[in-house]
Amino acid sequence: MKLLNINDFKNFCEKVRNKKRKDINIKVCITGCRAKGAIDLYTELKKKEDKDIDVIPVGCHKFCSGAPVVKVDFPNENYLYQNVSIDDVDKIIKNAKKYKPVEELLFKNKKFFELQEIKVLKYCGEVNPVSIEDYIYYGGFSAFIKILENFTPEMVIDEIRKSKLRGRGGAGFPTYKKWEIVKEQKSEEKYVICNGDEGDPGAFMDRTVLEGLPFQVIEGMLICGFTVGAKKGFFYIRAEYPIAIEHVQEAINRCYEYGLLGKNILGTDFSFDIEVKKGAGAFVCGEETALISSIEGKRGMPKPRPPFPAEKGLFSKPTCINNVETFANIPIIINEGGEIFSKIGTQNSGGTKIFSLAGKVKNTGLVEIPLGTPLWKIIYEIGGGPLDGRKIKGVQTGGPSGGCIPIEHFNTPVDYETLAELGSIMGSGGMIVIDDKVCAVELARYFLDFTQKESCGKCVPCRVGTKRMLEILERITKGEGTLEDIEKLEMLGNHIKETSLCGLGQTAPNPVLTTLRYFKEEYLDHIILNYCSSAQCKEVVYAACTNACPAGVNVPEYIDAIEKSDFIKAYEIICNDLPFPSICGRACYSPCENMCRRKDVDKAVNIRVLKKFVCDYAWRKGVSVRDFMVLGRGINKKVAVVGGGISGLSCAYFLSKAGVKVDIYEKEKELGGVVKKYIPEFRLPKKFVEKEMKDILNERINVFFNKSLFENLKLEELEEKYDAVYISIGAFSEPYVEEKNVFNGLDFLRSVKENKKIKIGDKVGIIGGGNVAIDCARAAKRLKARDVYIIYRRTEEYMPAHKTEIEEAKKEKIKFLYLLSPEKVENKDGKIVLILKKMTLKDEIDKDGRIKFVETNERLKIELDCLIYAIGQKSKIGEYFNLNDIDRFTLKIKNRKLFVGGDFYRGPSSIIEAIGDGKRASFSILNFLTGKKFEKFWIKHVVKEQTEQEINFEEKINIKQQQPKCISLKERINTFKEVEKNFSFTQAVKEAKRCLKCHLEK
Amino acid sequence: MENKSNLEILQEIQEDKNYIPMDYLGEVCKRNKIPKAKIYGVLTFYAQFSTVPRGKYLIRLCEGTACHVKGSQKIKEMLEKEYGLENGKTTADMKFTLQVVACLGSCFMAPCMMINNNYYGNLDVEKVKKIINSLK
Repeated sequence: MKLLNINDFKNFCEKVRNKKRKDINIKVCITGCRAKGAIDLYTELKKKEDKDIDVIPVGCHKFCSGAPVVKVDFPNENYLYQNVSIDDVDKIIKNAKKYKPVEELLFKNKKFFELQEIKVLKYCGEVNPVSIEDYIYYGGFSAFIKILENFTPEMVIDEIRKSKLRGRGGAGFPTYKKWEIVKEQKSEEKYVICNGDEGDPGAFMDRTVLEGLPFQVIEGMLICGFTVGAKKGFFYIRAEYPIAIEHVQEAINRCYEYGLLGKNILGTDFSFDIEVKKGAGAFVCGEETALISSIEGKRGMPKPRPPFPAEKGLFSKPTCINNVETFANIPIIINEGGEIFSKIGTQNSGGTKIFSLAGKVKNTGLVEIPLGTPLWKIIYEIGGGPLDGRKIKGVQTGGPSGGCIPIEHFNTPVDYETLAELGSIMGSGGMIVIDDKVCAVELARYFLDFTQKESCGKCVPCRVGTKRMLEILERITKGEGTLEDIEKLEMLGNHIKETSLCGLGQTAPNPVLTTLRYFKEEYLDHIILNYCSSAQCKEVVYAACTNACPAGVNVPEYIDAIEKSDFIKAYEIICNDLPFPSICGRACYSPCENMCRRKDVDKAVNIRVLKKFVCDYAWRKGVSVRDFMVLGRGINKKVAVVGGGISGLSCAYFLSKAGVKVDIYEKEKELGGVVKKYIPEFRLPKKFVEKEMKDILNERINVFFNKSLFENLKLEELEEKYDAVYISIGAFSEPYVEEKNVFNGLDFLRSVKENKKIKIGDKVGIIGGGNVAIDCARAAKRLKARDVYIIYRRTEEYMPAHKTEIEEAKKEKIKFLYLLSPEKVENKDGKIVLILKKMTLKDEIDKDGRIKFVETNERLKIELDCLIYAIGQKSKIGEYFNLNDIDRFTLKIKNRKLFVGGDFYRGPSSIIEAIGDGKRASFSILNFLTGKKFEKFWIKHVVKEQTEQEINFEEKINIKQQQPKCISLKERINTFKEVEKNFSFTQAVKEAKRCLKCHLEK
Repeated sequence: MENKSNLEILQEIQEDKNYIPMDYLGEVCKRNKIPKAKIYGVLTFYAQFSTVPRGKYLIRLCEGTACHVKGSQKIKEMLEKEYGLENGKTTADMKFTLQVVACLGSCFMAPCMMINNNYYGNLDVEKVKKIINSLK
């Protein structure tokens, strides 16, 4: 029913807004949520409509990772349900009739919406997208009426200028300026185009707005047409968005029906027609001149600018082309006024921006925030942080035209200029979070592959340049890159940026240039070491587990041997790469398990316990590393290893096997280092350490005790006497002043291991959050302390201690006190009075992506019998060497025959890293001494022919992760017996079966 | 065909016949006096057009960033291994055609695909197999 004038329309609006709506409205998203069965869900719910209940199909509720999402509106309350299934329909209806929510379906993540400023998307998820009445009910078209009644085109432009709105398509051109330019053109024929060709992989906000709020965009276009003097508008929507096309067309039809489109709209002089044009699968058609070509029916090839479309666009006439989101903002600006609109945002940009948050983050969906919000807030607070507890590496903004921003820049407030400064762009607003399993080099290759395919081919820099860049990246990901490739990529990238005809070519190199800028080490890893730390580049990764192991142990092979019950074979396979299997089988933190592909299915394969099982089996059978230690032919070279800990011993072992004579210099009167001195008996019984460390000593190795480097052992003498020197003297712990009842954590652990009598009393406090702190706490419990507290300055999620250690400590009833930092310690009559500062979160993150903690004025006093400091381990390497002189690939110090590794090189780290360094240094040293090729031992494993086997995945998937038994809690707390027992034979074989054999995937 | 641009003509033909038969296109050009080379240029520019018959079910597998980062590669490999489907190819029984596309705008449910006009999200290799086998 056509409305003939403004008054008619206003009356109609009044009628609609006063029409009584049913008490209960159930709003089902049928746009994005369709991919999870929302249409069927809607159909079922619709059947239950009655006099009180209305079931309405709506647009996106924005919390997409909870799809299907349903909103239930009661007169005084509303609720959001997530992960709704058809089985929930009866429950929902039953509770709705009682005006009660269904508790278990409730979306409880308050933070997701609290931190947002939802304006453009306010009614998305409220209105039926194709119902003009719904739109009007929520205030729709009031801006357009305001314009028709009270505004001149100049006034509109002024309002938009005050709003500081900038183009939301990505370039950020001031919207008022563009409209002004089109308005000034003298032409009878002018056009308005809505760019709905959202082709950026990772962006879906335009899709959502078109599908959920088509009338809002139409309203924006009407206002634009009025302002610039155009009579015809076009929607250009990509073909991959059929729902958007459908909804927009429906909305347009409704507008014609009601007289909001067509000749002399509502009896005024203003006429406006809108037509929908479909794309046909070309990313470049998002570029305005290419888009215009496409509407003209031609190949979508860009044209040089100037002239800009505002002057000469569609059919060579002045054309105002804006992004979907830009148009959607217009009604809001007119309704609330440009000044108010500009209060949100930054100095240069008014309003909010919608981002599509996706990738390796917990909460995916649409996020609307004020410009100027820091990245970390969007990703950690709204996004909920990383998926699966992994470590976030960075965020890709702006799609293939943008760049990858690493976490050290996550304090950056999001705005057009700030992102550009970092080498990226705002783009359309796609934000893809990547974690440690995403290779930065592979990501760059992936983007270039995309832009290469989408290049229209018109100009040489883009057509040929991107191809050359892609070829280089492909070689690098295959492990065939060279150092010159990095220079070539930079040179090519910059040239292509400067000389390409359109935005596609001008921005195509961005992902490469930003990954080179921020993730260069990953490129160097691929080129120099043929190593991909994310285990993504297939050609250089044998298996993700072996790839993650610093010692390159052939995990899939030994697991296969266990599956076939050939345990000694499995033990041999381990010993070929790792001289300390029992030690690792008990005390390794298993980086292999962290990367295990099985983890994506349910839980990682329990690799460490499998190793422990095999070792204990071999131990019982009297088989040891010695049985597989084959000494190669002797060569006339002598190497000194300084530091008889696990790193030095590993280096000595591999060197001696290769024929070199090794002299080990150890500071103490026995070998062992940290592993022997500090790791508690209940985690790693001494007998294993002593045996394995003794076993690897062969006739080529000599040990000298009581020799301390830089004290009674001079480095210059070693350099003179030996052909090479490996230094692995560990990290140091600051000794604290020997106050009564105050201990240094490591000294405490050592005393415990040496069975010294220590009186610690009933109440013990441990300052620290790492594994040393946990070990101290668990040891204190066994020394009969009744109350043991771990006092840490941050919260649990930031504790550097391994998660399993924290769990074990909790099982042993150790208490954790968070957000406390020591200020003062007083000794009073044999009791310790500890004054602690209370800490709190700061609104900032540090360069590792951890939230900063600062002290408050509050203090807490605790009385203890004993205090242990388990913090402050550091390496002193900086005092002796210039860190820039150390080559991280060969571990060699520039211009000297010195090599470093272990905790001395890395600071306090792990056993397996120390072993890995020792092994790598041994190969580096051999290379240095004999010119023998540096063996990249982590990729040398090859898949043997006979291991081609039919893999029964069904069976594998159904086996749950096996867990070894532990001793009882009573026994744990009262003795230092090893807490964890071992797999049974059946368990071991079962667990081995869980391996997905990724190494056979080629 | 009056007032329809070359692009729209092609879109209509493909909508009707599920692909662009070259001889039919030739006739259309002749009847409407459209230079064949010009329309061929448009046809080959856009990825959506196919000059060979396509299957009953068009599988559009998304290889956008979010889907890529969440494992779409594995699905692509499985489709090739199990069904012989490569990008642009159709199964022998003319049931399925695979088109690997850049982004379907369903990134929040990565990895995802469309089969004709239906969306499927949060996919993995097993789920995709089930869906395809149910359509067989």
